[in-house]
Amino acid sequence: MTLALFIEQLLNGIQLGVMLFLMAAGLTLIFGVMGLINLAHGSFYMIGAFACAAVAAATGSFWLGLAASLAAAALVGALVEMTVIRRLYERDHLDQVLATFALILIFSEGTRWLFGSFPLYLDIPQVLSGTIDLPGGSRYQLYRMAIIGVGVAVAGGLYLLIARTRLGMRIRAGEADREMIGALGVDIRTLYTVVFALGAALAGLAGAMVGALQSVQVGMGEPVLILAFVVIVIGGIGSIKGALIGAILVGVVDTMGRFLLPQFFISFMGPSQGTAVGSALASMLIYILMALILAVRPSGLFAAKG
Amino acid sequence: MEIGREGVINIVVAVALLAIPFAAVVLDETFYITLATRMAILALAAVGLNFALGLGGLVSFGHAAFFGLGGYAAGILATHAFNAEPLLLWPIEILGSNSMPVIWLTAIAISALVALPIGAISLRTTGVYFIMITLAFAQMIYYFAISWPAYGGEDGLSIYVRNGFPGVNTLNPLTFFLICYTLLIVALFLFAVFKDSRFGAALQAARQNETRVAAVGIAPYRIRLAAFVISAAIAGLAGALFADLNRFVSPSMLSWQMSGELIILIILGGTGRLFGPVAGAMIFVLVEYFLGGITERWQFFLGLTLLVVVLFARGGFIGLVAGRTRHE
Amino acid sequence: MKKLIAAGVVGLSLGISGLASAESIKVGMITTLSGGGAGLGVDVRDGFMLALKNAGNTEIEVVTEDDGQKPELAVQIADKMVQSEKVDLLTGIIWSNLAMAVVPGVVQQDILYLSPNAGPSALAGAMCNKNYFNVAWQNDNLHEAMGAYANDAGYKKAYILAPNYPAGKDALTGFKRYFKGDLAGETYTQLGQTDYAAEIAQIRASGADAIFFFLPGGMGIAFMKQYAQSDVGLPVLGPAFSFSQDILGAVGDAALGVKNSSQWSKDIDNAANKKFVESFQAEYGRLPSLYASQGYDTANLIIAAASKASVKDKDAFRAAVKEAEFESVRGDFRFGNNNHPIQDIYVREVVKEGDVLTNKIVGTAFEDHQDAYAAECKM
Repeated sequence: MTLALFIEQLLNGIQLGVMLFLMAAGLTLIFGVMGLINLAHGSFYMIGAFACAAVAAATGSFWLGLAASLAAAALVGALVEMTVIRRLYERDHLDQVLATFALILIFSEGTRWLFGSFPLYLDIPQVLSGTIDLPGGSRYQLYRMAIIGVGVAVAGGLYLLIARTRLGMRIRAGEADREMIGALGVDIRTLYTVVFALGAALAGLAGAMVGALQSVQVGMGEPVLILAFVVIVIGGIGSIKGALIGAILVGVVDTMGRFLLPQFFISFMGPSQGTAVGSALASMLIYILMALILAVRPSGLFAAKG
Repeated sequence: MEIGREGVINIVVAVALLAIPFAAVVLDETFYITLATRMAILALAAVGLNFALGLGGLVSFGHAAFFGLGGYAAGILATHAFNAEPLLLWPIEILGSNSMPVIWLTAIAISALVALPIGAISLRTTGVYFIMITLAFAQMIYYFAISWPAYGGEDGLSIYVRNGFPGVNTLNPLTFFLICYTLLIVALFLFAVFKDSRFGAALQAARQNETRVAAVGIAPYRIRLAAFVISAAIAGLAGALFADLNRFVSPSMLSWQMSGELIILIILGGTGRLFGPVAGAMIFVLVEYFLGGITERWQFFLGLTLLVVVLFARGGFIGLVAGRTRHE
Repeated sequence: MKKLIAAGVVGLSLGISGLASAESIKVGMITTLSGGGAGLGVDVRDGFMLALKNAGNTEIEVVTEDDGQKPELAVQIADKMVQSEKVDLLTGIIWSNLAMAVVPGVVQQDILYLSPNAGPSALAGAMCNKNYFNVAWQNDNLHEAMGAYANDAGYKKAYILAPNYPAGKDALTGFKRYFKGDLAGETYTQLGQTDYAAEIAQIRASGADAIFFFLPGGMGIAFMKQYAQSDVGLPVLGPAFSFSQDILGAVGDAALGVKNSSQWSKDIDNAANKKFVESFQAEYGRLPSLYASQGYDTANLIIAAASKASVKDKDAFRAAVKEAEFESVRGDFRFGNNNHPIQDIYVREVVKEGDVLTNKIVGTAFEDHQDAYAAECKM
């Protein structure tokens, strides 16, 4: 194993982590402010990818597609919040799990209804194709570097939004005491819709960016959703900082596990068995990580509240 | 004992489920027996989950793990019996088995044994953390089952001959249904007894007010752990039966969607109600069956149905028909 | 000519049952019509229905139901179709794990099952059954073909990868069965994995001279796109599944020039295939995939068998299916002792025709190829 390969894998882990952060940030905000478990968050990821692919195919511009993904996910998010989600805030987690599980079925099948059964095409924009050189003789794909950049920018933007703006102040107030901000005359209904749409838009953005790397197809959101849940639970639910650190941790551990574990087992079990055992363990690794962290810190690394 | 409105509905539900296979025999529609058996088995799994979820308020999003483990216990024992290979030679020789009682006990024991450490760790957390850590453990087992080649991996494991029960012919669909139904009734009876016992009362009290329970000298953690283990054991038993019904066990029994489905059954029927899981399983299987026959977009309409139920029919089916319970 | 005589003899020996061909046949189709894998099920179904339409066949009634790619649901639907719908035969399953769940139980009840896609090794070997026919391929076949092709193409050091599940292991085993060179690496990825940056980085560092992968569905799309975006640039080999018509559009130009193995291609030169490709395009407005061709062949096999024997006479009908006297769109087709195909397997290359990505045949990997498990089957 060379240093260049190691660095490249590390960057891959960070890129996966950044993408998970975009998903997890919305989930954790929605949970922190409204106390809602949203299983349908993966659907916004899918909606973003489909909107981007459809618009990019129609106009030939990835960037218009990207804008469309934000708009579509935010719009659908706002609509769903106003028609369904709003009725769930006062319910227990059980009802929320069921209702948003139902939304997954509706969104998945609805998307297939609209776009057909076959995966869509979406490629990375011309400007971002190619690779860049890194110190140590390694090279890294420009587009993935750009994803890392977007993730960092979003993290910074969210920090400023929450720490410095009026909306952020209300979000913080909402996390601290839900009844109180209502009493202070803040329009909670609008605030909730805005927060939900913001979370949906971030998921849509993640879906669109990753859609260019992967396959744009129905059901693409659910595996990411489960990972995003792992992230926010590790990071501490409601904490943006926790989501960021949890996401990077999960991304790096998952990538490095898939890279290093098979090699480790091959070294003393032989190639065939070593690969099998290493791969099996690698696929369980982040769940083991999560169980370990929760066993030691039952409310995650940076719990905003219990 | 006075039979209230809910009691009447419970009897109606129990009789309705029992009536389906007999009606099927009269109408010569064997498949409805299969459907009713599926209802009974899913109901049994959900009754198991209800010990944790309904009484203890422990929303486990990972009960598919125990359901699947039970299924694998049945599949693995039956395979070894079929191939006449011992399961283990050392330190003691363990043979496969195709006898249902042996398989059931094994399924119960394995599920309980696995649930013990999972519960012990998970119960240190609460709320959403509990939901997610149970999910994480189930995912671990799911990925393990997929990538572990010895018992079929993702392809799963076929059971070529339905396992036997001394004295009866389990190949007869009606007989097999009656076995499952009897076990379901036993589990419901256990649930009713447990709910009214001091232990059950403490569990429910811990759900509503943890500090007060702790103050009277009961450790909520231990009670919850016990409920979690019992709950897993029953889900494991249901899994063994499910494997026998399908003649097959696969990792999809361990998937998070399966965990979600078990939760759905309980909410559909009515959370914390004795017969909630039974009503829920009956409704879910029927809706799935009819929608699947009508349209290939059945999942869309299944989603709509579930959404309407959760938004407008609070308390599930039994809540709708029997009215609210006192403490709701 | 021999075939003609054989057909005549069968026709004679069956006597009256030939007349009974006007009776209706009920076919149960369990296939995947929802979720991420729906494209395959849709193609199999569309191909099947098209064959009935082209033949003007109204005797065959098809009951279709979606299995949602869930084994338990597939088993339930199979029970329903056998017990309630009283179907004469079953078909349609796409995935090996669903086939393993459904097929053993169904064939035990003396119901015919014709597989239009999955061909797990167990069902070809020790667990073969007179009631189970595979009209597509045994799972290893296309991978074996790529292994043989890799030798012909002069590759010495291949990096191979597949998901960590039984079909993935079968795939790599199949490739290795014929590939004579060394392995630069062998990787099992996670099932459903969508990011292959880590694997691609390892491939680059491995010193391989070719890559063979089996990653069905969205996994393959993701891998090909990411591989093309990287600058590794080694030749890629794979089975047809990642380069079939249903997903080529989503892979895009990244797939151009890739060699893949298939028992069918739209440019196979025979009348049946020409008619199939043209009528499929006319009917559905898209090019057919190999899955559609398999569905089409399955239906034509049933039609052909029904013209010879009554479906109610199980033994005669089974014998008629085994004869496989139908115009397969892939050309020569016959069943081996284990009821799996003996057929040619081609090497195709992904090309662009106008704006449309598709495949054209560039060579033949195997002629009259039979699977490796046939000997284990005692039939």
